[in-house]
Amino acid sequence: MADPIIELKGVDAGYGREVILKDVTFSIDRGEIFILLGGSGCGKSTIMKHMIGLNPVLAGELTIDGQPWTAKTRDSLFRKIGVMYQSGALFGSMTCLENVLLPLQEFSSLGRKARLEKARSLLSDVELLDAADKMPSEISGGMRKRVAIARAMALDPEVVFLDEPSAGLDPITSSSLDDLILRLRREKGMTFVVVTHELPSIYKIADRCAMFDKARRSMIAIGRPSDLRDGSDDPFVRKFFNRGEVSDGE
Amino acid sequence: MSGRSSMLEPLAVFGEVVVESFAMAFKPWRFRFGDFLLAFQRAAFDGLPISIGIGFLLGLILAFQSAAALRTFGVESYVAALLAIGLFRELGPIITAILLAGRSGSAFAAEIGTMKVDEELDALTTMGLPPVRFLVMPRMAAAILAMPILTIFVELAGLVGGAIVLRMMNIPFAVFWNNAAENTTVFMILFGLAKSAFFGLLIGLVGCCAGMRTKSTADGVGVSATAAVVGGIVAIAVADGIIAVICYFWGI
Repeated sequence: MADPIIELKGVDAGYGREVILKDVTFSIDRGEIFILLGGSGCGKSTIMKHMIGLNPVLAGELTIDGQPWTAKTRDSLFRKIGVMYQSGALFGSMTCLENVLLPLQEFSSLGRKARLEKARSLLSDVELLDAADKMPSEISGGMRKRVAIARAMALDPEVVFLDEPSAGLDPITSSSLDDLILRLRREKGMTFVVVTHELPSIYKIADRCAMFDKARRSMIAIGRPSDLRDGSDDPFVRKFFNRGEVSDGE
Repeated sequence: MSGRSSMLEPLAVFGEVVVESFAMAFKPWRFRFGDFLLAFQRAAFDGLPISIGIGFLLGLILAFQSAAALRTFGVESYVAALLAIGLFRELGPIITAILLAGRSGSAFAAEIGTMKVDEELDALTTMGLPPVRFLVMPRMAAAILAMPILTIFVELAGLVGGAIVLRMMNIPFAVFWNNAAENTTVFMILFGLAKSAFFGLLIGLVGCCAGMRTKSTADGVGVSATAAVVGGIVAIAVADGIIAVICYFWGI
């Protein structure tokens, strides 16, 4: 039986008065790896920013674990999510270990030694214990994203959001990041919401995906990647999966 | 922060700073002391040579200009009084503030602006950590503390500059210092230092707000740094004008 952790009902997504996507409705089940998919500028990152509480939805209802984003629920909902940003967004003045330690220092009830052990264990999970004392500027883009994933998981969130994890990475590094996501889901049972338009990653990790179209300003398909590839009548979806590239505004 | 106008944003951020400061009074360990020390070192210690140099030249120039006029009346020894009153009440705080706005206000905006572009502010927010507590408060505290310290050095350097000019005009150092001391009060010095601390608050606030408004464009960080300097200097000038009017009516 489906157990939704994120639900969107009739959501209008955008910034200020600018509506980018209209009337978006879907849900994401607990433990699922769900992909937000579409061409550049279609609004997939905008939808994610609504989900992680950075921007309020323009209309409709968005809930995380049954709770909408409000001033009262904000702090408790932030405890339920972890976010890896496209650039990694590691704090440049801190080492990799300190970056992972930060949320633990602020919110964890663990003692100092236990916090340190947990941070080291998280870095070990992403196979970067050797880089613990390095500054973010001293490691590669792929490594920064791994550290960012470790930081996102520090407080054992229920949902981890990943914004374009493959962007700017070579195919081998990108594939190893996909393996990491699959392993973390298997070992920790977390829900992953991933924004990407990399087809190899989508086929490898996605349970389901929702596809958005900039021209129609709406969600145009939802389902398993193979079902969308083989069964969709929508010309945009067919083109996306067959050619793997969609230009802006198409 | 979205939806706030650039005029009201510093007020809103200041409100957050006040609320966070009260909360921090009960949990002082939440203050980012390491970030404060780094910002303080950059604002105060790294800014010391230029502040002393500018203060010295300011005193030198003021002494030359005023001595020429006062010599007509044979009272060039009063240059010391003019310098002391001018530096302690007005010129010391305002010149130091303009220097700090140029050096540290722009640096605050550029640092925070780069973090904004790199999504580090978003990362703090979604971790439930208020950017105001993490980024604004340590920098504001550093600017508030650095300003009076730098101001003292600017004022002393200015007096030394003035004393050297008058010595060249055959007025002994002792006469200069006596004249300066006779016309200076402790209240005058403390008032100038309090004013400079307030200017530090304005520079920190305007600089950090400019950084937090940075847009993700090629010139975003540069625009923010410029806005921090211009906004900081305007804020200082307006605040100084208001303080001057209040002092006039209160007879201070």
